[in-house]
Amino acid sequence: MPSTVTRDRRALLVIPATALLLVAFVYPVFWLLLRSVSDPVWGAHNYATALGEVIYLKVLWNTVAISGATTVFCLLFGYPMAYTMVHAGPAAKRILIYIVLIPFWTSILVRTFAWLVLLQPKGLINDMLLGIGLIAEPLELIYNRTGVLIGMVQILLPFMVFPLFSVLSRIDDGYMKAAANLGAPPLPAFFRVYLPLSLPGVLTGCMLVFIISLGYFITPALLGGRRDIMVAQLIQEQIDLFGNWGLSAALAMILLAGTALIFTVTYKVFGVKPDIRA
Amino acid sequence: MYIIAPIVIVLIISFSSAQFLTFPPPGYSMQWYENIVDNPAWLRSLWTSLRVMLPAGIAATVLGTAAALALNRGSIPGAAIINGILMAPLVVPVIITAAALFGVFRIWGLYGSIGGLILAHTVLTIPYVLSTVGASLQLVDKRLEDAAANLGATPWAAFRLVTLPLILPAVLSGLLFAMVISFDELVVSLFISTPVVRPVTVQMWSNIRGDVDPTIAAIATLIFLFSLAALLVESVTSRNSGRKTPHP
Repeated sequence: MPSTVTRDRRALLVIPATALLLVAFVYPVFWLLLRSVSDPVWGAHNYATALGEVIYLKVLWNTVAISGATTVFCLLFGYPMAYTMVHAGPAAKRILIYIVLIPFWTSILVRTFAWLVLLQPKGLINDMLLGIGLIAEPLELIYNRTGVLIGMVQILLPFMVFPLFSVLSRIDDGYMKAAANLGAPPLPAFFRVYLPLSLPGVLTGCMLVFIISLGYFITPALLGGRRDIMVAQLIQEQIDLFGNWGLSAALAMILLAGTALIFTVTYKVFGVKPDIRA
Repeated sequence: MYIIAPIVIVLIISFSSAQFLTFPPPGYSMQWYENIVDNPAWLRSLWTSLRVMLPAGIAATVLGTAAALALNRGSIPGAAIINGILMAPLVVPVIITAAALFGVFRIWGLYGSIGGLILAHTVLTIPYVLSTVGASLQLVDKRLEDAAANLGATPWAAFRLVTLPLILPAVLSGLLFAMVISFDELVVSLFISTPVVRPVTVQMWSNIRGDVDPTIAAIATLIFLFSLAALLVESVTSRNSGRKTPHP
């Protein structure tokens, strides 16, 4: 049978990519894991430091708090947006998709830089607010958590909108019509019929935004305050400034474990298939 | 507004005649683009990015397409695990990849080399090619390939004459996607590059942290236009092939 031979031989094509990933990805991450328990001496002391000392715990807590807030804001903005996209006419839908898609394809660095320009004390946003007399003093919009959140929510919004869009566009409008016909006012009908049907999209979107936020580096580094850093900045700082591989590696492994845990819980418990292509 | 406006404003500022990032600009000029052309550091970094993007994109496309073919057509023991390994760079926070590669690259002597950047970007972009091509392969009727085999085509001929033409739009969009990701990549590059071999994003990063003048807006605009061009090419090819899904 030529077909069986073909199948077996084609299976070999997976080898080069897998070998490359094993050497240049799996091994390096494993190497980092080893550093966390062996640098400078063997033991769990790096984990004890990362999880025991107030300054590091505060960074971990910051990371969770900023990621959580980013996720909530993305959901609040993303849901109505996805809803509008689904119910827009074909032309408007196309435009809206591109409005989400273009920033999605744009470098995070470029988008963060744009916020850096806009949020300055003498930036466009403060100028506008001062100009219309809404504020008397420039607002502190940058180098603090406000700046980080404004930037991160905008940058991560597509990761919320796309999963929501794909789930919402599969919801049959008939359900809402049926609810209305049965006498349900729009709002209860939405919360009891539409929202539950859209939950898989909400979960996927929230999970994606949250786990991507956890490891975020560029945006908090450029828009955030020096004393209000996230874990990725701490990892970079510890390696770059202090050569502290043990602690950095431990922090990296804690971040990895957190990410993996959330990913698995969403996948297994809620039975949502995370579409990591967004 | 919230989504699009920031980029548009950077675009406008890049043509500013002022010395600072004021908006709206008092006048317009090309001076910041001239600045890029006049400054060897910017030119060198753009050239570095291109020298990394092309080989990394091509390597990721070849390896990713081969792997997608094997995972979708061959019967592989532990296919789920292999798929997990190949997709891992997308799920593992990039700061971890960056730290890990920095660590081993110093030992392997790849730190600060073009080769190291190419290797890192290949690893980072394989998942995108794998998922794009994999999705396309699932839509190809396997009986077409079996028919070719039964008619005496060698596996390579069956692939080249039957499968490849059907999945070509996905392969090309995987290549485009891989190149854009490579060109835009900052975090890993920041760790494994040196001032001598420095991609444009790292060059931009180090400038943002110093004096910010509209030259950076001009560079940002160039990077943005590159992504936009790639997106347009992608949407045209996918429309021609009848693939409706508008996602990268």
